[in-house]
Amino acid sequence: MKKLILILSLVASPAFAAGGGAHLDDVDIDLSDKASLQSGARIFVNYCLSCHSAKFMRYNRMAADLEIPEEVVEENLMFTTDRIGGLMKTTMPPEDAKKWFGKAPPDLSLIARSRGPEWLYTYMRSFYLDDTSPSGWNNVLFEKVAMPHVLYNLQGARNAVFKKDEHGAEVFDRYEMVKPGTMNEEEFDVAMRDLTSFLVYVGEPAKMVRYKLGIYVLIFLLILLVPAYLLKKEYFKDVH
Amino acid sequence: MEKIVAWIDDRFPMTKVWEEHMAKYYAPKNFNFWYYFGSLAILMLVMQIVTGIFLTMHYKPDTELAFTSVEYIMRDVPWGWLIRYLHAIGASMFFIVVYLHMFRAMIYGSYRGPRELIWIFGMVIFIALMAESFMGYLLPWGNMSFWGAQVIISLFGAIPYVGDGLVEWLRGDFVISDATLNRFFAFHVAAVPLALCLLVYLHIVALHKVGSNNPDGIEIKENKDENGIPKDGIPFHPYYTVKDIVGVVVFLMVFSAIIFFVPELDGWFLEKDNFTPADPLTTPPHIVPLWYFTPYYSILRAVTWEWLPGGAKLWGVIAMGASLVILFFLPWLDKSPVKSIRYRGPLFKVALAIFIVAFIMLGWLGTQPAEGINTLLAQIGLFIYFGFFLLMPIYTKMDKTKPVPERLT
Repeated sequence: MKKLILILSLVASPAFAAGGGAHLDDVDIDLSDKASLQSGARIFVNYCLSCHSAKFMRYNRMAADLEIPEEVVEENLMFTTDRIGGLMKTTMPPEDAKKWFGKAPPDLSLIARSRGPEWLYTYMRSFYLDDTSPSGWNNVLFEKVAMPHVLYNLQGARNAVFKKDEHGAEVFDRYEMVKPGTMNEEEFDVAMRDLTSFLVYVGEPAKMVRYKLGIYVLIFLLILLVPAYLLKKEYFKDVH
Repeated sequence: MEKIVAWIDDRFPMTKVWEEHMAKYYAPKNFNFWYYFGSLAILMLVMQIVTGIFLTMHYKPDTELAFTSVEYIMRDVPWGWLIRYLHAIGASMFFIVVYLHMFRAMIYGSYRGPRELIWIFGMVIFIALMAESFMGYLLPWGNMSFWGAQVIISLFGAIPYVGDGLVEWLRGDFVISDATLNRFFAFHVAAVPLALCLLVYLHIVALHKVGSNNPDGIEIKENKDENGIPKDGIPFHPYYTVKDIVGVVVFLMVFSAIIFFVPELDGWFLEKDNFTPADPLTTPPHIVPLWYFTPYYSILRAVTWEWLPGGAKLWGVIAMGASLVILFFLPWLDKSPVKSIRYRGPLFKVALAIFIVAFIMLGWLGTQPAEGINTLLAQIGLFIYFGFFLLMPIYTKMDKTKPVPERLT
């Protein structure tokens, strides 16, 4: 039995290693940090929601889960609808979006579940200036991405410097700041962590309750195990 | 109370059934850890049916609405997320339980005479369960749902002459479409569950006719006392009902730990690519079936020998089918004079150990791209898999077995 568990754990460890081999930065997501989630929500509705929808997310659900008063949401965070129970849709028609960007911006409701938080966090911090791309921007993690660097006034505009590796292939080396933004690197990292946290929340709002509930369920089962075990022991004491 | 029971018993054999199958059904007294998984499989069947009924109340089998309706369940339906996780992750848990249940049969020889029919009913249940979960996996209409169904259904196209027509008939269309989703829904919520319930009934009736095997592989019915009760038997109720409660509680703890803390289980139970709606124009980088199908998927992909008549794809499909069909013949392939691994010799133990390692390796390879050394490893796994069964009549006969005691130890 122990051997079996050992084999299983050995087999399980290399599973589903990230495809592509790109380096992803770790991000510390804490969904109990409401201030972080609120800051992420602010960035999301101001910068992302004009092109990307989060069409499975409701404003009033967000208000309740993030502990933002509904009036505050209505006045400061709701630009695409006037119904607090409405879904976070974008006002940009998909046909136009396709014309402008070559591809309709994807809905972001589940992006944290399909891409993973590390990917989002790294992606948002990997834009650089590129004259050859239609938008003027490119991304180290997502080459030739159609999306421009929407947050460049926060992060600043950067060039990417590439070097040749031992096989002669071009690999990313470092960034060079061309025009600084309103945030320094550390502040921008925190902002992107907040945005990522918010998208993790949007991906699965049940996350706000399921950890806590899970602990109660496990405690209940653990308590139930005691009489169940004693009952079994009582019956089997005469069986030899 | 007694009057009511007597009134019912005159019209329906209530007490008789209760006694025959519970209170006076004598089971061997030495059931161990491996004997929990039968009752747990019933628990999972009930769990899937009950959660499935609630999901059906909110799910929409329509390509335009299916993905949205699942997210609606996850977000707007009260407790919908829990019901949906219980069902989706429950499928994986069901297969874990069933695989361990089958492994138990293999180590203690529970498939051997007179229990051949129990094994065969069990195998049909296993195949029906695979069909059930395969069709259920299409319903969320995620991108992996779509492409998984695309790959598996297209396998039937390898069959000569009728292949193309058969694929079209299964899909109900020229592509995986609304027609496919609707028929899969019908099979998933009505046809296959009905068949499963009937098969489980037959499985248990057959079991209670011959009685349970046990870790010693000894027939307890051959040693009865003056009242005709097996000396090594204990009534199923209350002994094993109270014991199974312990198993259920421990199992639910594992199940809950996954549901509440790691529902995706790093992509093993809920795949990342299935959080994107089905898109016929975007193929996922690796089309990976869920873990419980991957050993057979590996066998399918291991056949790369194009020189075979009819082509490699056809023989891959045949190999995959054969890997399941061969399990039905297990009771007749095993020629050992003893049933339980406890009294078997080293040949069987080594063969079983190699088989388990190969099976897990095949399962892991099924999640990996079929390239480089992976294909070679899968081919080795394929030969071990079939070798274990086809050589069984030889090595079980040659094996040095130990003497089996008269009574349970």
